[in-house]
Amino acid sequence: MREMTLIQAVNDGLRTALADDSRVILLGEDIGKNGGVFRATEGLCEEFGEDRVVDTPLAEAGIIGASVGLAANGLIPVPEIQFMGFIYSGFEQIVSHVARLRMRSRGRFTVPMVIRVPYGGRIRAPELHSDSTETFFAHTPGLTVVSPSNPYDAKGLLLAAVKSPDPVLFLEPMHIYRAFRQSVPDEAYTVPIGEARVVKEGRHVTVITWGAMVRDVMDAVPKLEAQRGIELEVIDLRTLAPWDEDTVFASVRKTGRAVIVHEAVTNLGLGAELSARIHEHCILDLEAPVARVGGLDVPVPLFQLEDLHAPTYTRIERAIDKVLEF
Amino acid sequence: MQKPSDIAHEMLVRMYRQMSLLREFDRRSVRLQRAGRIGTYPPLEGQEACQVASTLALRAQDFVVPTYRDYGAMMVHGVPMENILMYWNGRSEGCEIPHDVNVFPIAVPIATQLPHAAGLAWAAKLKKEDQVALGFFGDGASSEGDFHEAMNFAGVFKLPVVFFCENNQYAISVPFARQTATETIAQKAAAYGVTGLRVPGWDAVAIYRAVRDAVSRAAEGGGPTLIEALTYRYGPHTTSDDPTKYRPAGEAEAWRERDALHLLSQSLRTFGLWDDELETALAKEIDETIRSAIAIMESLGPVNPLHLFDHVYASLPKYLQRQRDTLLSELSADAIRTSLPKEPSQ
Ligand SMILES: Cc1ncc(C[n+]2csc(CCOP(=O)(O)OP(=O)(O)O)c2C)c(N)n1
Repeated sequence: MREMTLIQAVNDGLRTALADDSRVILLGEDIGKNGGVFRATEGLCEEFGEDRVVDTPLAEAGIIGASVGLAANGLIPVPEIQFMGFIYSGFEQIVSHVARLRMRSRGRFTVPMVIRVPYGGRIRAPELHSDSTETFFAHTPGLTVVSPSNPYDAKGLLLAAVKSPDPVLFLEPMHIYRAFRQSVPDEAYTVPIGEARVVKEGRHVTVITWGAMVRDVMDAVPKLEAQRGIELEVIDLRTLAPWDEDTVFASVRKTGRAVIVHEAVTNLGLGAELSARIHEHCILDLEAPVARVGGLDVPVPLFQLEDLHAPTYTRIERAIDKVLEF
Repeated sequence: MQKPSDIAHEMLVRMYRQMSLLREFDRRSVRLQRAGRIGTYPPLEGQEACQVASTLALRAQDFVVPTYRDYGAMMVHGVPMENILMYWNGRSEGCEIPHDVNVFPIAVPIATQLPHAAGLAWAAKLKKEDQVALGFFGDGASSEGDFHEAMNFAGVFKLPVVFFCENNQYAISVPFARQTATETIAQKAAAYGVTGLRVPGWDAVAIYRAVRDAVSRAAEGGGPTLIEALTYRYGPHTTSDDPTKYRPAGEAEAWRERDALHLLSQSLRTFGLWDDELETALAKEIDETIRSAIAIMESLGPVNPLHLFDHVYASLPKYLQRQRDTLLSELSADAIRTSLPKEPSQ
């Protein structure tokens, strides 16, 4: 066990994966000598060599497209895309090929790979570095999308993703890369894909969230509970696609109220799908319509206004009040 | 250097003055970032000649299509310095481009601006207007599909566009040799039916000539040009990067031995166009220009939150109007809350 930040846990997970399975290969921009712009791959090129931790040319379509071929021919590529805002030139490869090769070849070719991408805002980065567009990918059948909210899950989910027979998009919340430390086992372990985690049990309102917002929500909980005399149940979705209906529905059936909190813009964000499915499956248990708190429906602004774009305490508070007072 | 007979003396002096201004602007911006007065900033020191001499070879009606590092070219072509500072300070006012200035916004996703340069040039051709587009990019950008698609469009449609590569040897940490197995970027032009040439990025006069000639060839229907300038960024990729991790010690210093600004200053002095007195006066003028731009940026006060909703659409859809109204009410709620116990931190 060691105390680690989320980014250190990613690094440790990658090291473990490289050591455990010689088919694993990391590729991306600045991941070798530089150790990645966030230091996720620090030291790995020195340890495993330039053939397994590869600095590629600056080309996202090339990185992801070549990973399709690498994976189909027996390797397990773990491509890194530097920021979510720069994944779009590789989007074609992801939606047309990564997500469909299994189906398009009737299972003859599969593409087990893990595409790692830092995402979300509030790190004072320049324009276009703060996108939270998980919906584009969760909307794509055949893709698995996961996002850890803490160091323990980061390593465990990453190792589960490397073992997954299907391609996984691994979304790393930049905002909490170095926000706190947690004990992480030295050895290999997995956190199962497809299982949400009940972070905190409660009786009155279910709050469903993921990534960096888990921490924001947990920070808000004591005050919200104290002022309103309620208990919140908080669920970290962890796998965004396909998400864990059992855990979510069971919780909503218990509490009768649900609030979804995410950084992505509200319009057609994952909250829309969660809300629709909760209404479809749990309508008779609901005491109030499900409420969503997402980013404002405008592009993530330059950094001085980015905190206002993401869900604020006030907005989370209002949504809780809305479902309580319906 | 021989005294050029094909370039007006005033132009040579103008080049030098602009390059000096940029260098000082750059150094101060790095200091502003270190002091927390602006955000992450990508320094351009070393690339002044590339941006200044190329842009000065344009006519006012021509377009500059920049990347995040080409704010120098943007300023030369007419974007106010304070706007550039505001942009790096994370304020949307910094995106303002005066209506009579033909400069495209800073492009952050690599190489994505190059098809725009082709399109701007294409429109000029279709409208039979005498306009050329100058699109900037780095050596790393030449690996992206967008670069190749832009070159191909330019070649196929014989567009009045000039692609200008500032080959500063690195894309963040990745050296030129990891971007391409060809010896030069310039030779890629041949594959697209585009004129290609390589110039020394430390020679402002050579850059000026190359762009001037490419612009007149383009304007006369002679089609596109790819110019590769060999250059170097002396500093980090951005203020959050550490170049000692990936560049050999002494490399940047070696490049400084053929520093473009220094070389031009020496030439101007040999030609009798420059002296110490002029240098002192210029330094003072530059200092005042930069101080006043910083003062404007810092006089602005807090950013107006309603800017979030400006210019997203030509007119605000109903649901966004509602969000805007809600935001306003939240802001006043927050104002009341400041007198209550502190909120949990984000
Ligand atoms: C599509 C895309 N991928 C990755 C990045 C991250 N990134 C920013 S600058 C840069 C290197 C660019 O190198 P180059 O094109 O040579 O230009 P330079 O920075 O040297 O001026 C990278 C990888 C980005 N901005 N856009």
